[in-house]
Amino acid sequence: MRTAAASLPGAEPPLVAENIRLSFGGLKALDGAGFQVRPGIVTGLIGPNGAGKTTMFNVLSGLLRPDAGSVRFLGRRIDGERPHRIARQGLVRTFQIARGFPRLSVFEHLMVYGARQPGEALIATLFGSAAARRREAELAERALAVAARLRLSPLLDHPVTALSGGQKKLLEIGRALMTEPRMILFDEPAAGVNPTLAEEIGDHLLRLAEDGLTVLIVEHDMALIERICQRVVVMAQGRTLMEGGFDEARADRAVQDAYLGGRA
Amino acid sequence: MLTYLLFALVVGSVYALLAQSLMLSWGLAGLVNLGLAGFFAVGAYASAMLVAWGHAPVLLGPLAAMAAAGVAGLVVCFSTLRLRDDYLAIVTLGFAEVVRLVASNEVWLTGGTDGISGIPGFLRRESGMAFHLGTLALALLAVAAVYLLQRRLLRSPWGRALRSVREDETVAAVAGKNVVRFKAQAFALAAAIAGLAGALYGHYTSYVAPDQFQPLITIYIFLAVTAGGNARPAGAVVGAYLLVGFLEATRFAAEWLPELSALQRASLREMLVGLGLVVVLSLRPDGLLPERSQKAPSR
Repeated sequence: MRTAAASLPGAEPPLVAENIRLSFGGLKALDGAGFQVRPGIVTGLIGPNGAGKTTMFNVLSGLLRPDAGSVRFLGRRIDGERPHRIARQGLVRTFQIARGFPRLSVFEHLMVYGARQPGEALIATLFGSAAARRREAELAERALAVAARLRLSPLLDHPVTALSGGQKKLLEIGRALMTEPRMILFDEPAAGVNPTLAEEIGDHLLRLAEDGLTVLIVEHDMALIERICQRVVVMAQGRTLMEGGFDEARADRAVQDAYLGGRA
Repeated sequence: MLTYLLFALVVGSVYALLAQSLMLSWGLAGLVNLGLAGFFAVGAYASAMLVAWGHAPVLLGPLAAMAAAGVAGLVVCFSTLRLRDDYLAIVTLGFAEVVRLVASNEVWLTGGTDGISGIPGFLRRESGMAFHLGTLALALLAVAAVYLLQRRLLRSPWGRALRSVREDETVAAVAGKNVVRFKAQAFALAAAIAGLAGALYGHYTSYVAPDQFQPLITIYIFLAVTAGGNARPAGAVVGAYLLVGFLEATRFAAEWLPELSALQRASLREMLVGLGLVVVLSLRPDGLLPERSQKAPSR
């Protein structure tokens, strides 16, 4: 489902971050980081602890406003936009700790992520809206399909608090899919899950890319990164060290130094 | 005795409206609204001023009450956007006290501590029993209308999104929800419902004064909603009627203990209310009617 423009050589990649700077008091969390994310593949954003990866995700998803720099998504500036506007443009993220809505069921989690539901307008709710009912049926169908894909179907009516850690991670993927995204940012999608499930999650991410989605993941499991990422972006101390293939990154001297805690 | 019973039922209906207001702002939107008595007062005063002093038709009163309280709700909501939980609770409690103090002291505007008396009823007061019965019918109608509205809201995508905002604002925003819009709509609507309760109360008792809007009312409604279930319209309604029933029952129970002074009896009542809540919550931690989730359609 790649768009024609995206596969043309020379066209701008879906996500371009340039020279992002963000300080918390005296701490430079992001110090000129920038990279490009190509369409239809899984890109890994890696780097030692404190490199600024999660801060970068927060900037990309609108939770933090950068002090300087620009982020373009599908050719539009999105830096400084509010999170719900960025999500509506098709850029959606997941959270490192599986965050959610404790008093909502699995099915409701999926439904609430459903994009373009006119029934979320108060007026439509008060006076009834055929469009809202139609959309609700579409979203329900999509939620069932997403749940089936992630093998969560038997759990749909369970409260989300009844899920295991791994199932919550799968639900994070499912929620992101409900928004009909163009690109998904995964923050440690396999952290804290058993190796079998980590592998399964990796397969899910690969299938998303095959379906034409652009995927960027932050992950510490290097085996997983090597297996599913065609490209990696390496960050350290708020800057981008390099962009390229995983083997290239492994051979890179600056990257080795950063991981060993040397001068970056 | 019958008049007394009708009076208790009308007051119960006023509480049921207040409880539904709190269910919306606190139970669904997660906004700890300790300003309920303030919105109740704004509604009561708006309607009383318009009808008793402005000689407007009495049915315009409730509309004005809802509009005034709704606007007050928007103002409070937008001035507390960044606050959550206990901070929001403190500010909203402050709002209710400010309303009460303004009503007590700005005599030119509100009649001061004397309040406004001689407020026309929805029906002619001289008609006796018919007045009470008719007002009760109107009150029940209002409770039912708000109940149906709340059910509709709760079952809609709007209600689902609002509940997600309650649980985690950040995640809701990332899910594409305009958190500010949902909170403001819920808060204003809840305030309008409390205003409606105020109008009903003023036109029934014919009299509004600042000391009718003590913070204790807000606390009572919190108890009612907690006991009934804070995210179910039916829970709020049931909790409110149970509370009023319980309060009135303890009034009689206290008479069995004639050796107590009036002050001691009043304190005993509060203790019994508290005890009742503890019993309900230890048996049903989520209230009598807990929150329900939307079921997935079966394939």
